[in-house]
Amino acid sequence: MTVSVLQNGDRGLLAELDDLDAVLALYRALERTRPAGVIDLVPAARTIGVTVDPSVLPLSVVTNWLAHAVPEPPHAADARVVEVPVRYDGDDLAEVAALLGMRPADVVALHTASPWLVAFCGFAPGFGYLVTDHERLVVPRRATPRTVVPAGAVGLAGEFSGVYPRSSPGGWQLIGTTDATVWDASAETPALLSPGTAVRFVEAS
Amino acid sequence: MSIVVVEPGPLAVVQDSGRPGLAHLGVSPSGALDRAALALGNRLVGNDDGCAGLELLFGGFTARFASPAWFAVTGAAGQIALDGRPMDLHLAQHAEAGAVLTIAAPAAGARSYLAVRGGIAAQQVLGSRSSDLLSGIGPKPLRVGDVLAVGEHPLAEVPLLDFVPVAEASAGVVEVRAHPGPRADWFTSAALEAFYAVEWRLSASSNRVGARLDPPRTPAHAAGVEQRPVPLLERAITTELPSEPMVAGSVQVSPDGRPTVLLADHPVTGGYPVIAVVATASLDAFAQLRPGQLVTFRHA
Repeated sequence: MTVSVLQNGDRGLLAELDDLDAVLALYRALERTRPAGVIDLVPAARTIGVTVDPSVLPLSVVTNWLAHAVPEPPHAADARVVEVPVRYDGDDLAEVAALLGMRPADVVALHTASPWLVAFCGFAPGFGYLVTDHERLVVPRRATPRTVVPAGAVGLAGEFSGVYPRSSPGGWQLIGTTDATVWDASAETPALLSPGTAVRFVEAS
Repeated sequence: MSIVVVEPGPLAVVQDSGRPGLAHLGVSPSGALDRAALALGNRLVGNDDGCAGLELLFGGFTARFASPAWFAVTGAAGQIALDGRPMDLHLAQHAEAGAVLTIAAPAAGARSYLAVRGGIAAQQVLGSRSSDLLSGIGPKPLRVGDVLAVGEHPLAEVPLLDFVPVAEASAGVVEVRAHPGPRADWFTSAALEAFYAVEWRLSASSNRVGARLDPPRTPAHAAGVEQRPVPLLERAITTELPSEPMVAGSVQVSPDGRPTVLLADHPVTGGYPVIAVVATASLDAFAQLRPGQLVTFRHA
């Protein structure tokens, strides 16, 4: 695996990796060995951003930390799995099934059977981009985004699945709805789906 | 102790030092755009630097002190008056209960800060009282009649100062320092040269999320000479960039070749390549740029 470290201003660096799996493996290692002075550690699709307080932690030290961290494979045994109950009543379920050449029930079966992992957050507070270990649920975004997607909508877009933490515009294909609270700014742990969290979708009756 | 908002002006928001450290959850850092101005105001009234104050865009602000208070106004220099009496900027002042403070639109600069001894005691969300205008976290922008609670007095005294040297916000061309961005190599060498050479103009659509910059104007007689002008910031690599982490100061270039300097309420990730990153020491300058004002980048 190759990590290239790019300067990102006078308080930040960007580690660039080959693919999302490499990002996840390095993020695990960095999160576990995070030194004092790191303000933000932010995984994304191909990169991990680090910002620091340079008076505590010089960027040269961070460069070494990024370049020499030993990526860690997923440790299935001790991972906490968050269960998200879903009613598969999304407006796009039939269209998604057609796009994938399956029946809607097959989409539901595959979505609930797949092990999901929050790769990174973005778009809105608490909006996690979830990935799984196969490509059988890959669908394009909707050609025309919706102006309003309700909070709790469960969707698919590209290789990702996600849950809208609150009502917003959005272009993901909606396959269901959850009552789970995925974002609560007043809670001790505000985001249910933070990077690195293992997720299982469960069909709600 | 409290303050009553009589007239908030174009945009008045509560700001402190923000909520850094939550970018991995999709939360912007937020906080005062002119951090030095808020910190100075806080020091003048004996507060900790990071206490919450008010960030006032283009003045037009009137408030009534419901109880006696020490306050200071910093940042953009609009005329300030207490019960009609002109007051000095950058100084701790005492207001009696019922006194009315007005802060007029500044002649230069864009954002004034009102610090009050004890700080604005708005509800904390994720460890900060800052309004995040991108995601709506924190207090809403102030409206007529809002009552703002003021916190307990700090232990520190109001320092005895009768003059604080502060450089006035420039009305002319503002020079800022920038480091090469992580995707500087995605641009042609001509684009990189142009980025540091030209005078950019702050667009009126700028806000706390980002300072949008327009290219220099093409004189009317030159328009139409070239049928399809090449964007000033032309890319050498035109493939799509997977979204990557952004920081305050990241200068993203959109496909039309226009740069946007991301500010405190920026989205945590973005998919446009970053040509440069504004030096931390130059970032506050963007709080005080006015629409139409010129800004140039210099190598940090």
